[in-house]
Amino acid sequence: MEERAFITASYEQFLNQGKLMGSRCKKCGALFLPPRPICINCFGSEMEWAQMKGKGKLIAFTCIAVGPPFMIQEGYSREHPYCVGVVELEEGVRIDSRIEGVDTTKPEAIKIGTPLTVEFLHRGEGEKSATFLAFKPL
Amino acid sequence: MQKRRKLGRGVAIIGAGMSKFGAFREKIQRDFFVEAFEEMVSSVDKGLDIKDIDALYLGNFSSDVFENQVHLGPIIADWIGLTPKPATRTEGACAASALAFREGVFAIASGFYDVVLVGGVEKMTSLSTERVTEALALATDMSYEGRVGFTFPGVFGATATAYMEKYGARPEHFMRVAIKNHRNARLNPKAQFNASILDIMNSRMERAKKKGEPVPTWKDEWDFLHDPQVNPVVAWPMRLYDCCPISDGASCMLLVAEEIAKDFTPNPIYVTGIGQGSGRPLHTKEALTYFEATRYAANEAYQMAGLKPEDIQIAEVHDCFTVAEICHIEDLGFFKPGEGYKAVEQGLTERTGPKPINTSGGLKCKGHPVGATGVAQLYEIWKQLRGEAQERQVPIKDLRIGAAHNLGGTGGTCTFNILERR
Repeated sequence: MEERAFITASYEQFLNQGKLMGSRCKKCGALFLPPRPICINCFGSEMEWAQMKGKGKLIAFTCIAVGPPFMIQEGYSREHPYCVGVVELEEGVRIDSRIEGVDTTKPEAIKIGTPLTVEFLHRGEGEKSATFLAFKPL
Repeated sequence: MQKRRKLGRGVAIIGAGMSKFGAFREKIQRDFFVEAFEEMVSSVDKGLDIKDIDALYLGNFSSDVFENQVHLGPIIADWIGLTPKPATRTEGACAASALAFREGVFAIASGFYDVVLVGGVEKMTSLSTERVTEALALATDMSYEGRVGFTFPGVFGATATAYMEKYGARPEHFMRVAIKNHRNARLNPKAQFNASILDIMNSRMERAKKKGEPVPTWKDEWDFLHDPQVNPVVAWPMRLYDCCPISDGASCMLLVAEEIAKDFTPNPIYVTGIGQGSGRPLHTKEALTYFEATRYAANEAYQMAGLKPEDIQIAEVHDCFTVAEICHIEDLGFFKPGEGYKAVEQGLTERTGPKPINTSGGLKCKGHPVGATGVAQLYEIWKQLRGEAQERQVPIKDLRIGAAHNLGGTGGTCTFNILERR
């Protein structure tokens, strides 16, 4: 489908294009997200790109009040925490993601198992631009 | 099935020391190490000629970021007069000095050296909380976990939400770990927080009274821990009192070949099981409620020692966050999966209980100068096995077997080491 190396930069470039892409082992069919160059199931190294549908559910999360400087720059703080979590996709793989559209001041109300859909957060401009993976409740 | 492993020759600990842990504005890494080293030298019952030390293995996570200083091995070796003997720095995030210990054991077991100094050091309080959070987060998988904003407390917060969902635990179960470890640290003069939560609560009330400010009306430690003013959320459900502090300190111990151990002390402590495993980040680990690297390390150590989890009489367990202690007492086989939080609730892991965990106060209260922690945990086991833990000595008759579990990163590096008195 795409002639790109199975490296982190390709994953990031796909995110920038609004695609969540994993890799599939041509030999045993194992699916990996983030994409890997070597299959850790059969140790084959023939991979192909596989696009995720972007649907899944929340399996773990946290609301962070003390974040690193790059999150503080985005406006998050002790009074305004952000949510990150682990999302299990319909395809069966998991990914670390920002979780948008939840009330981070009431974390006890956020439910594990919440169905989620993918969202791509474009931040910054020019050379400093980056796309962050996010999911939000359906 | 993991292979059963053994050492080429036996290794014993014949001396140990640690600095006081805490926040010390004027001291740098070498100052802490000297403090630990001097205690270690004076702990060798029959005396030590420092010239007999063959090499140093030094655990350090990131003096690079914390102190703008790399290459600590030879710097520390020089400061204690070891040069030109070799000095090697090990890095395994918060398990850095457990790796130094392991390298020291291997170096002696191989027959290459007879007397090896192992230890660790970290000076963390020179940076702001935000910068320390950023520095520690470097030990997450920065391309994926760190990239979306996961911090260390965040990784363990996510572990906690998955654990609560699976087993029905509540945030109060995590708070119990903090209450227990504070109670233990109250008896440890080297601990950063040498006070129970009740002590802290009462001193805050007294301080308010003295200053003529409104005096808070906490009924008990639970009331205190539920007050978001004093115990705010850091990374839900981990609150301030679920998190280890930012600390400075050092630790060290002297390892020798078993056959010469009695030349140094009539009471050596023997290294009978060592284990280390590697784990994967959140998105790809086997399950979110346990640590595969800990299970692997524990299995390796148990097999080597010919022991089972129930044989371990006392343990230091990596409680960087309270939920970590609960997951790990399960992963080490002390309690079944999902039973760890109940064991804490029932008091089974109290200092006076059947399975004392973190008699030192743990990372939570003793402090967690990350590079120093692995060997500092072994220091506590050394003290307890020799009956030298003073006020916090566990009331177990014939205490012979103890162990220490150390974790680095988000579970990327886990070690488990078993010590025995014969």
